[in-house]
Amino acid sequence: MASVTYDHVVKRYTADVTVVKDFNVEIKDKEFMVLVGPSGCGKSTALRMLAGLEAITEGQIRIGDRVVNNVAAKDRDIAMVFQSYALYPHMSVYDNMAFPLQMAHMPKTEIDKRVKNASRILGLDNFLKRKPRALSGGQRQRVALGRAIVRSPKVFLLDEPLSNLDAKLRGQTRIELQKLHRDLETTFIYVTHDQVEAMTMGDRIAIMNAGILQQVGTPGDIYDHPANLFVAGFIGSPTMNFVPVTTSDSTAKASGFDVKLPKSVPAGKATLGFRPETLTDRIGDQHNAIDMSVDVVERLGSDQFLYGQVGSDSVTARVDPKMKVEPGDKVRLGLDTRSLHLFDAETELAQF
Amino acid sequence: MDFSVLLQDIPTLLVVILGVPALLVGYIVGAEFLVRRLPDKNRPQVRPWIWVGPALAMVAAILFIPAIATFIQSFQDNHGNFVGFQNYQTQLSGFPSSGAWIAIRNSIIIWLVIYMILVLTFGLTMAVLFDRIQYETVVKSLIFMPMAISSVASGVIWKFMYWYQPVGANQTGTLNAVVTFFHHDPVAWLQDQWPGGLAILNNLALITVATWGLTGFSMVILSAALKGIPGDLLEAARVDGAGEITIFRRVIFPLMMPTVVVVGTTLVIFAIKVFDVPYVMTNGNFNTDVLALRMYNLLYLSHNNAAAAAVAIVLLIAVVPVLIFNLRQFRAVEARR
Amino acid sequence: MSVATAGRLESTAAAWSLPWLAQRLQRSLLHIAVIGLTLVWIIPTLGLLISSFRPSTQILTTGWWTAVSPPLQFTLQNYQDMLSQSNMGTAIFNSFMVSIPSTVIPVTIAAFAAYAFAWMKFPFRDWIFLAFVGLLAVPLQLTFVPVLSFFVAHGIVPDNLTSLGLPPWIGLWLAHAGYGLPFSTYLLANFFRQLPSDLFESAEIDGAGTLTVFFRIVLPLSVPALASLIIFQFLWVWNDLLVALIYVGGSVEVAPLTVNLANLTNSLGQGYQLLTAAAFFSMVIPLAVFLSLQRYFVRGILAGSVKG
Repeated sequence: MASVTYDHVVKRYTADVTVVKDFNVEIKDKEFMVLVGPSGCGKSTALRMLAGLEAITEGQIRIGDRVVNNVAAKDRDIAMVFQSYALYPHMSVYDNMAFPLQMAHMPKTEIDKRVKNASRILGLDNFLKRKPRALSGGQRQRVALGRAIVRSPKVFLLDEPLSNLDAKLRGQTRIELQKLHRDLETTFIYVTHDQVEAMTMGDRIAIMNAGILQQVGTPGDIYDHPANLFVAGFIGSPTMNFVPVTTSDSTAKASGFDVKLPKSVPAGKATLGFRPETLTDRIGDQHNAIDMSVDVVERLGSDQFLYGQVGSDSVTARVDPKMKVEPGDKVRLGLDTRSLHLFDAETELAQF
Repeated sequence: MDFSVLLQDIPTLLVVILGVPALLVGYIVGAEFLVRRLPDKNRPQVRPWIWVGPALAMVAAILFIPAIATFIQSFQDNHGNFVGFQNYQTQLSGFPSSGAWIAIRNSIIIWLVIYMILVLTFGLTMAVLFDRIQYETVVKSLIFMPMAISSVASGVIWKFMYWYQPVGANQTGTLNAVVTFFHHDPVAWLQDQWPGGLAILNNLALITVATWGLTGFSMVILSAALKGIPGDLLEAARVDGAGEITIFRRVIFPLMMPTVVVVGTTLVIFAIKVFDVPYVMTNGNFNTDVLALRMYNLLYLSHNNAAAAAVAIVLLIAVVPVLIFNLRQFRAVEARR
Repeated sequence: MSVATAGRLESTAAAWSLPWLAQRLQRSLLHIAVIGLTLVWIIPTLGLLISSFRPSTQILTTGWWTAVSPPLQFTLQNYQDMLSQSNMGTAIFNSFMVSIPSTVIPVTIAAFAAYAFAWMKFPFRDWIFLAFVGLLAVPLQLTFVPVLSFFVAHGIVPDNLTSLGLPPWIGLWLAHAGYGLPFSTYLLANFFRQLPSDLFESAEIDGAGTLTVFFRIVLPLSVPALASLIIFQFLWVWNDLLVALIYVGGSVEVAPLTVNLANLTNSLGQGYQLLTAAAFFSMVIPLAVFLSLQRYFVRGILAGSVKG
């Protein structure tokens, strides 16, 4: 059990190709940390540096108090679950899980005990003699987890472990993984490009883009207080509405409506952000009335999303599923002014 | 035959079968053991050479350095004196009827062109035809089988095909039996000379043997390429209103072209280097000599190393275009990786 | 399947209508062409096979096709004569002694090298590999004189090796190994490279060293490629005539089957009945290997050439 610290870590392939830039994160002991970002953002590289599969160009990575920059992968006391699972196709499930222990020259009885234990936890008891190709996707995924569990590592690294599963299984496995994390009481570092996985599983989330860490925080924190335009747009589905506005004092003027801001800001151009669920068919004291011409109606049963135009801006609204709307209608909606975000037009940083 | 001699040799056989692999595995395990003694920093620098070392050494010793030595030898006489192009001049004098020129003509024109065309045509035809029948596997095996037969054995097989008895005698050779069945005089396939020493027929007879041997090879590769063409593509063409012949011409053949080229280059190398078939069938007599055989005879009958080296270099020059083509193909494939 | 569907299109035309007849005719022509081609291909072998079981007097006077009509007169005499008169027994033993090490050595060494080419970084790696690819096309004839004179100068010739108590074929083994290496290395390196890199990384985290990865992961996963390569190289060496002629020559004690058979071909004036039996004797092993392991053999050929 240990914490993990990234201290000013840089990964550079050539002089002008830097994939991870000045990366600083502290992951607490027993924490479930999710590294999330679009593909190519450097999240996998950050994980692979921790695993010892890639050299660290600058900075330090510590596991507990130990600097691991020059420690071989096998000596870092970590285990990794790969996106492809990386199961040895020619070995049985049992041998796959026993392999890392054999490499550590563990006595046979101990290996057997650990493998049996892991297979019980993961429900693989009946499959121990099978080869990976005779397993379903979900079972393979569990074997990969089992291979990590048997080593009882200080840190679990998971690189997009769910992306090869179908949607239903992915939902189940998400829950199983969280349970596993609770049972094992170990630090988990989980890389994904899927914001739903990040939001549902992480104790904390670290969002990366273009090699740069954007924000670290709890899922609620990040959802309610995105640090910048990128984070605001990346987290949440459907995505946050962004409308260019001109500000003066504490009002923001968009192409189709004006809105009162919770605090005064310098005059100038900015981007106003609000989530679809703050634009509804309820119009109360805290709401600003907005007229929307509807282009597309999406009825999901529990929800109803309206896509349309307000002035010259495209926005999404989430309204009561019972509301009767057809494409082409003009509807009056209420914007909840308590959860507005304003982003600087230049720096894209959140002003609130 | 005395089989007891063989029984005495069984221990040798065992030592060889077990000893050689043990030696090789021992090498790599031992060398790795030593590499692990090295400091961390030096290990990645030394290790690759341990693994490629033996291959590199053998290829250098058996192929690379000897090839260069032969190149040098071709400019020397048999006592090691530098003689410039004299070996080449001696070999290449007397155009077009001297021995070397006949070998060059046979190797580089008759064999290369006709052999390649025959093997590719038969291979492609068979690949397409066999793809449409249910008993494909059996037929393919039978066509492919000559690949497992040595050229020497093929030579024996075909000697019986080409067997010749004088006119009027009972023809025991299969081909002449057919020829006489149609009331034609029997043909001395392996000796028959065309006017002016052209020797087309007997060279064709030799090429037939080699074609028989290698068509399976091209058929198997082309058939795999044919099966690699996605079915949707053909269905789309069919929906677009193309007939089967148009589909072959406009869709299948263009898609198979890269494979045809690869098979073709392999065949060129085979053709230029051909040795066994002429050696067994005619030993180069009756104007059927080829470069590889000429080189062998210069070496072993005339003991003229310098002349043999010059012929070997001519052989190399003939494959250089293929070699360059192969390297370019390889780099193109690598670039797409 | 793709094109097969083209040929197997169900007949949609009504029975005995004109299009129906055309389709039937087309199918029949296809079968005739296929069976005709196949017959042409097997007749030479079949003819010799039948001849080899015929009495020697008949081989010389009548064609093999007359043997299939009564009275049937088949005999094993040719095979008995061949085994007692022609040293073919020693030759088959020699063929094994030549072929097995000449297969094991290059395949093993190539596997080492291919592993390095595929998964290690070292200076000039790509250039060396390119040189191997280039050497695939270089005629072996180019190397005979220097290699042979090297062998002679260092006593790696059959007579000397025998007198030292060593197998007389060592020179031939080395030569075959060298000649087989470029192809073997090329084929295996291509195969190793396609193994998923995740496996290697996973093994690294699991604590497996270079040797463990090679013997416990790379080799077991490469069984198909290794099998085809072994079959390929074995058949190549077994059927080779030229290289054996150069490095061990024609003397009976060391000559493999092909050399022996070639000698028989050139020396036998009237003994053609021996030749028929000897030719088949020499084909037994390669044909058995080929027929039982054809799948691997085909796969090896495809891997070696399509990627080109």
